Amino acid sequence: MLSIKNLHASVEGEEILKGINLEIKAGEVHAIMGPNGSGKSTLSQVLAGNETFEVTEGEVTLNGENLLEQETEERAREGVFLAFQYPVEIPGVSNLQFLRTAVNAKRKHRGEEELNAAEFMKLAKDVSRQVDLDPSFLKRGVNEGFSGGEKKRNEILQALLLEPKLAILDETDSGLDIDALKVVSDGVNALRSEDRAILMVTHYQRLLNHIVPDYVHVLAGGRIIKSGGRELALELEEKGYGWLGVKDDDASN
Amino acid sequence: MATTDTEVKELIKREYEHGFVTEIEADTFEPGLNEDVIRRLSKVKQEPEFMLEWRLKAYRRWLEMDDPTWAHVDYPEIDYNAISYYSAPKKQEDMPQSLDEVDPELLRTYEKLGIPLHEREKLAGVAVDAVFDSVSVATTFKEQLAEAGVIFCPISEAVQKYPELVEKYLGSVVPAGDNFFAALNSAVFSDGSFVYIPKGVRCPLELSTYFRINAANTGQFERTLIVADEGSYVSYLEGCTAPMRDENQLHAAVVELVALGDAQIKYSTVQNWYPGDEHGKGGIYNFVTKRGACLGKNSKISWTQVETGSAVTWKYPSCILKGENSVGEFYSVALTHNYQQADTGTKMIHLGKNTRSTIISKGISAGRSSNAYRGLVKFQPGAEGARNYTQCDSLLIGDRCGAHTFPYIESKNKSAIVEHEATTSKVSDEQMFLCRQRGIDPEQAVSMIVNGFCKEVFKELPMEFAVEAGKLLEVSLEGSVG
Ligand SMILES: Nc1ncnc2c1ncn2[C@@H]1O[C@H](COP(=O)(O)OP(=O)(O)OP(=O)(O)O)[C@@H](O)[C@H]1O
Ligand SMILES: [Mg+2]
Repeated sequence: MLSIKNLHASVEGEEILKGINLEIKAGEVHAIMGPNGSGKSTLSQVLAGNETFEVTEGEVTLNGENLLEQETEERAREGVFLAFQYPVEIPGVSNLQFLRTAVNAKRKHRGEEELNAAEFMKLAKDVSRQVDLDPSFLKRGVNEGFSGGEKKRNEILQALLLEPKLAILDETDSGLDIDALKVVSDGVNALRSEDRAILMVTHYQRLLNHIVPDYVHVLAGGRIIKSGGRELALELEEKGYGWLGVKDDDASN
Repeated sequence: MATTDTEVKELIKREYEHGFVTEIEADTFEPGLNEDVIRRLSKVKQEPEFMLEWRLKAYRRWLEMDDPTWAHVDYPEIDYNAISYYSAPKKQEDMPQSLDEVDPELLRTYEKLGIPLHEREKLAGVAVDAVFDSVSVATTFKEQLAEAGVIFCPISEAVQKYPELVEKYLGSVVPAGDNFFAALNSAVFSDGSFVYIPKGVRCPLELSTYFRINAANTGQFERTLIVADEGSYVSYLEGCTAPMRDENQLHAAVVELVALGDAQIKYSTVQNWYPGDEHGKGGIYNFVTKRGACLGKNSKISWTQVETGSAVTWKYPSCILKGENSVGEFYSVALTHNYQQADTGTKMIHLGKNTRSTIISKGISAGRSSNAYRGLVKFQPGAEGARNYTQCDSLLIGDRCGAHTFPYIESKNKSAIVEHEATTSKVSDEQMFLCRQRGIDPEQAVSMIVNGFCKEVFKELPMEFAVEAGKLLEVSLEGSVG
């Protein structure tokens, strides 16, 4: 499904990603862990096509298609979804309108009929209940005045509505209370399917109790320095990153 | 009635679907302005003597005045003798029949807009007074309005049929000598609408006027006068478009509103005059004086405007709050793109006790345009307990445009309270990235973000206008990203 080979990316002339290699097959869930500033969000953003970052080397394909050649919106319509670590607000634009525009852009791309306001409302209400967001949130501005946890649930709501092929979840578990963590995990588990790949950035092994990953990778200093199974997360929790030759608070590599 | 009705619909439809430069045989005055031209104009329009005198007085005042230079706009000097002051279509049968001379670019734009007039017409209950160049061609729904005692007709007709009302109120809010463009308008105004709502009547329809500048080099000087008698209510919609031409055209209108005790006037404008091309060539010079007077107790006047067109806009819909407890409101969206310049805002003049005013202004600048808000809030000594709330928000798209805010507050009464808030924001890269990451086109994303920014104003517009305003922004913003 997703294949990343020797990916290098920089921002303002400074190299952040220094040769990432990663293969994710359909149906798999991969967790990425690593110290602050190691490049986890950068990798997520580069995959989604954020032009702030310049790809200097390497290749990325999604189902054989060269992802790096496509515009952000094309990638999105082809099924790349990014749940943001810090979701931004769009004042005055209702969540409902925003979501319907997004869903219809995708449906149009697939040659499906666009949903009218009533049809979409019904769908959106169902999904918002699934992530335990009161449907009144649909009427509010996109992320406008949402609490941290509400923003994260709103990201999962979007993932569920957009049915991506590749879902990249950047710290969707951060800042959640215990109940919300359960809700978000259930949401992610609902996303799990045979034909979908999930890349999940997290700092906490506790998330992995709810969402059991197939693989765990450690990203440090712009490289994946260790990969393993579920047990690697437990080991990291116990020992920190030090034993891998990285300092725990190593933010600059 | 039925025939006039269909005729107007046909006319309007044709006008929009077909040529934007309408090839008709027009009865047009030679360019130039002097007392003889004014006499001739008044004669053609069969005006009573008082009207001619009024015009001549205004003309003499105008001769002594200078072009205003204080606005934050820049335009070449206008040669007032190069303008023709009267142009009337001869017959309705002479209206355009062919699609040939239409600029496809413009057709495309209107296609996207879904032909506003046509659309609105379908919404039953909207009366249309179509001003085609200088003469009102016809007025619909007259009878239904007449039953309610409402007078809604071209002002030229009102001058003949209701001279006492016209003489009493014309110039009572915007005196002939008020400013350069108002004086010019008073001297040469060609046509416009007149509305009178009698005591206690709630106007059964939303009244609507379309102005259109057609003939080349014809300045359009409409004059609108709306009088709401005690306890009455009226909502009035004004929509404007103009053909695309290389040369600049002048539009100097005057709108006067009078609200007596407990009366309410809601005046909404969607202005889409031709703004000039992407190089700043052509476009309308829009110099308009709009002012309302809340004369009676508890009266209310609301101005709502969406301004996307014109090369240069100079416009300050204002309220004089004289009656006790009277209310003035100003809701505005002004969008500028390419080389457009807008200097717009409002004046709230508080004279009476406990008068209240609200100003919500949303300015959007894209391209190399310049967008200025200029507002004056004034409390006279009698304005005990008066209040104003002002909110000015600017949104920038790209980094070559500018936004300026000039709020002026003058208070001669210590009990008056003013609250002022101002923000400037940009359509951020993060917002754009979020939208695009969700599969939304960049252009659609910008228009969605801008619409969200304008929401507080759009909700003040009548429903069908709000929809159109949204579409208009989308079209106006084309090419603003990338
Ligand atoms: N737009 C930017 N401009 C400058 N530097 C940036 C930018 N974005 C990221 N960086 C730098 O790149 C490095 C990696 O950042 P990134 O956000 O990818 O880290 P992260 O692994 O997601 O960290 P965290 O766990 O704190 O979320 C950091 O040193 C950061 O300061
Ligand atoms: Mg991060």
